[in-house]
Parts: sequence; structure tokens; C-alpha cells
Amino acid sequence: MITTHTGPLTFSKIAANDGLKRALAIGRADVIAELKVSGLRGRGGAGFPTYVKWDLAASAKGDEKYVVCNADEGEPGTFKDRVLLSDYPDLVFEGMTIGGFTIGAQKGYVYLRGEYAYLRKPLEERLERRRKQKLLGENVMGKAGFAFDIEIFMGSGAYVCGEETALIESMEGFRGEPRNRPPFPVDTGYMGNPTIVNNVETFAWVPCIMSKGGKWFSETCGTAKSPGLKLFSVSGDCARPGVYEFPMGITVARLLAEVGGEDAKAVQVGGASGFCVPAKDFHRTLAYEDIPTGGSVIVFGPHRDMLQVAKNFLEFFVEESCGQCTPCRIGNVKLLEGVEMLEEGRCSMSYLNELCELGETMRLASKCGLGQSSPNAFLSIVEHFKDEVLGRTSATP
Amino acid sequence: MLVTERDKLRSDIQALAGKNGRQRSGLLPILQEVQKGYGHISDYAMQVIADELAIHPVEVYSVVTFYSFLTQHPQGKFVIRLCRTISCEMAGKSRVAKQLENDLGIKFGETTPDGKFTLEWANCLGMCDQGPALMVNDVVFTRVTPDQVHDILEGCRKTFGVYAMEGKGVA
Repeated sequence: MITTHTGPLTFSKIAANDGLKRALAIGRADVIAELKVSGLRGRGGAGFPTYVKWDLAASAKGDEKYVVCNADEGEPGTFKDRVLLSDYPDLVFEGMTIGGFTIGAQKGYVYLRGEYAYLRKPLEERLERRRKQKLLGENVMGKAGFAFDIEIFMGSGAYVCGEETALIESMEGFRGEPRNRPPFPVDTGYMGNPTIVNNVETFAWVPCIMSKGGKWFSETCGTAKSPGLKLFSVSGDCARPGVYEFPMGITVARLLAEVGGEDAKAVQVGGASGFCVPAKDFHRTLAYEDIPTGGSVIVFGPHRDMLQVAKNFLEFFVEESCGQCTPCRIGNVKLLEGVEMLEEGRCSMSYLNELCELGETMRLASKCGLGQSSPNAFLSIVEHFKDEVLGRTSATP
Repeated sequence: MLVTERDKLRSDIQALAGKNGRQRSGLLPILQEVQKGYGHISDYAMQVIADELAIHPVEVYSVVTFYSFLTQHPQGKFVIRLCRTISCEMAGKSRVAKQLENDLGIKFGETTPDGKFTLEWANCLGMCDQGPALMVNDVVFTRVTPDQVHDILEGCRKTFGVYAMEGKGVA
């Protein structure tokens, strides 16, 4: 199901459990060193260096530690984790087991979003098989003293639970409201214990890095600051939507050529919380240092009404804001009202400027990533398509 | 609610609480099971769950009202969730939505009078490359066209009542 530019998915081309075997052989410190050399960064989109997270959790004091796989893939336009969990679940579980060994955890959880409930049974069967193969349980792969098991925890339909502290709140039986950070989950996570929360794709890459070495990952492709390959979920107005494996640092134009969306007037990178990139910026690259992305690319064809796009995203945020902090709870409602005024052609330039200032305030003052990124789409659409959104009459689409 | 129904609910919840260790972290799994088994989480169920976990019922209420898959009011046997997010919108979700409303005779957020179908919006089902997408309970349908709506609903209807008894059910 994954289309790659070179053939089969790169990180599947390793012997099963070879990464885990090597990790157990080289020991904790070297696993972290290998990850450091690889330069692997969080594939959920935030791009935090994986080795730093694992190192902090490994050195945190505590007997009980946890590994959590964030499979709450709620970002509009993102579906790579669904494909990974359907087609390559063992890679994810192997990566989690390596994580458990590295930080000294006995227990791992996959936080699976409620919308993916149909994946639960196949995943549980796969876990049972791994237990039988001694890849989970006591003395994993014959490594004395290393016990690790994985459980599936179901979400119940809340986008904000993709935020790591909200996810932990949810697992503990509370409303999925983000916590203040610091403290970070690496020292105060699930049940107050050191916890690593990583994206599905991040875990899936780890066995490959262990097997082939960090140098292979950082030198094969990608950019200096964003090494390696990445999965992209491409949807919208293009001939060939789907999941693609591309090197980090690919230009938008090149990606569009691959997926058959050359005539696009804009693309939304990073889902509802990401940025709208207009055609004049298609030379820019998809990398943490340029346009950061969790892999969601939504293509907008020449006939699309960008105001409707902004409206759809804001409706999404009004619905999904947890309501805990004011900038996000009220701000998104005001922005949506603004879009409706623009739609009816009764928004003055000065009011539009005020809305943009409100957007800036939301970026600064919201408590978590959801609120901070919720005005992005609106602001970038207004910036690049001012001409299209202003002065509408009932005749304009 | 009949006394016997209450007793069944109570014993079900007690069993679930026992399975999940009577800890706060077991709250969401318990609620998910009650939702699945009873189609909603009643005030009575919230009270029993609160008693089992030794927390205030308001705590349970606050969690139930936070998550969109947990409901206080009874939902239909089949919960239909149509994705309304951008990729599905661009793929033509509005026409599918209209046809669902027409064929079921209800609006979004409502349940049919016979208690069989509930119609709801969903925020991204992760099927953006195959939109418009909808879910019927846990089953996903992709690239849905307005003319397929009738077949999807018939597929559900054939799992109960006279159809099922004739052995024509699809379940």
C-alpha cells in the first residue's frame, strides 16, 4: 500500500528482529549513541531528537518506566500510521521493545485512536504471536532480566489526545486536557513515572537504524538537520493520493510531480495545524528547518476556494479544542466568525488585521500545541490569498 | 429502567471494574465497554462506576462528556459517522451527507425513532486518500458515493428483524 520512490518501503527491508537483537547485544548506552548518530527526529511532526528523549528517560530515576506509542493519528490528512499499523505492526512493536530496553521500562502501551478500533484485533493477535516467540514477556530474546510487554489502550475520539501530556491524562482516566510542561513526560509521565511518548513512525524506524547503523540513516538521504526518509500522507486534488516514502528535504514541486498534482494552486503541509504553501513557494523543502511536517500533504487544485478550506479547518478546531485555555477556546470561535464575515463579504481590512493579531496572540498564549498551531492555516491563507478572500459578493464562489 | 436491567448493568460494571483493577486508569476502558454494550452511559451507570472506582460521579460525568465516542443519551444500534474534514469534503462528502439524511429521515446528531441508526459527523477518520469515508460502528467504508448510501443502510438493516430470521443477514 505504500508507494516509494525506490520500490518497497526502505525500513521494511531488514531481517525481522535483527534490530532488537543488535540493540540487546550493544547495550543501552550504545543504542542511544547510535540514535544520536542517526539524527532521527520525532516523526509526529514536532521533530524532537529521539535520542535526547530516550536518554533523558533512561537517566531519570525510578523503577517503573513506560513506553507509549502515540497512535492517536488525528491530524487531518494524515494516515501513514494507519498503514504502518496495518502492514508493518511488527516493526512498531520491535521499536517499542528496543525503547523499553533502552530506558529500562517493563511496560509499553499503544494508544490507538477510537477511529482505528478495527485494527485492535489484528494488533492484539500480533502481540500474542510475539509473546509466543519470546519477543515479549520475561527474558526477551533470551536476554536475562529484560522483561517487556505491550498493551493496546483505546482512545475515544478526541484529537487533542495526540498531544503527549493529554494522551497521558487520557490513559490515567481523565479528560484529555494537556498539562503544563515542564515537567516533561520523560521524568513525570504516565502515573508520574518516566515515560517516552513517540510517534508510530518513529518507533518503526528504530529497528532499521539499529540493524543498519545510525550512519547509514544519516548519510543515505535527507538534509543535515533532517536526515533520513519520511512517510508522507498525500490526499486532495492529485492523481495518485496515498502514502509515499520520500527523503526529507524534498521540494514541494518534486513531491507534486510524483503524486500527479502539478497544477495545484496551494498545498497544506502538516494538516489542520500546519501551513498553507502557495504555488510561488513550491521550491521550498519539506524538512524540520524549512516547512516542518508530520507528513500530511493536502493538495488544492486550481478551482478550490481557499476560504472554504480555512473555514473547514477552523470548524475542526472549534470542535476539537479541549476548552481548557481561553486563547484557543474563544480564539478559534472568533476566527471562524471572521471567516463567515469574509464569506458574506462584510469584513473590513482593519477587522481582518485584528483577526490576524488575535491569531498571533493564540500562537503565543495557548497552553498546548493544538491552540498554538490552530491559527496557522487561517493566517497563512489570509497572507497568501488576501486577494481571493476579500471583497466577496454573493456572486463570488 | 427495570430493576432487573439495573442489576445486570451493575453486575456488568462490577465485572469490568474487577477486570481493570478498580483504578482510575481503568475508567476509560470501562466506559468504552459500557458504551458498546448499552449504547450510552446513563446517570445510573455513571454512579455505579463512580462507586466502584471510589471517585465522585461528577468525575465520571466530566470524562464521559469530554470524549466524542462516549454519550449520555442512547445511540442507535448502528452509529454512522461521516468524515467532514477537508480531504473528504473536497472528495464530495456533502452529497453523501444529504443522501444519508434523506434515506434515514434524520439530521446529523439525531437517532432514528426506531433506535436503529444514529447519524454523526466525525473529524478525520484517517482515510483521506480514499474519501469520502464513513464508519458504521467499527467498519469503514471508503470512496462512498450517494447511490451507495442505500446499500450500506440495507446491509445494516439485514442484520436484524425479519431479514435476519430469513437467513439473509450479512452479519
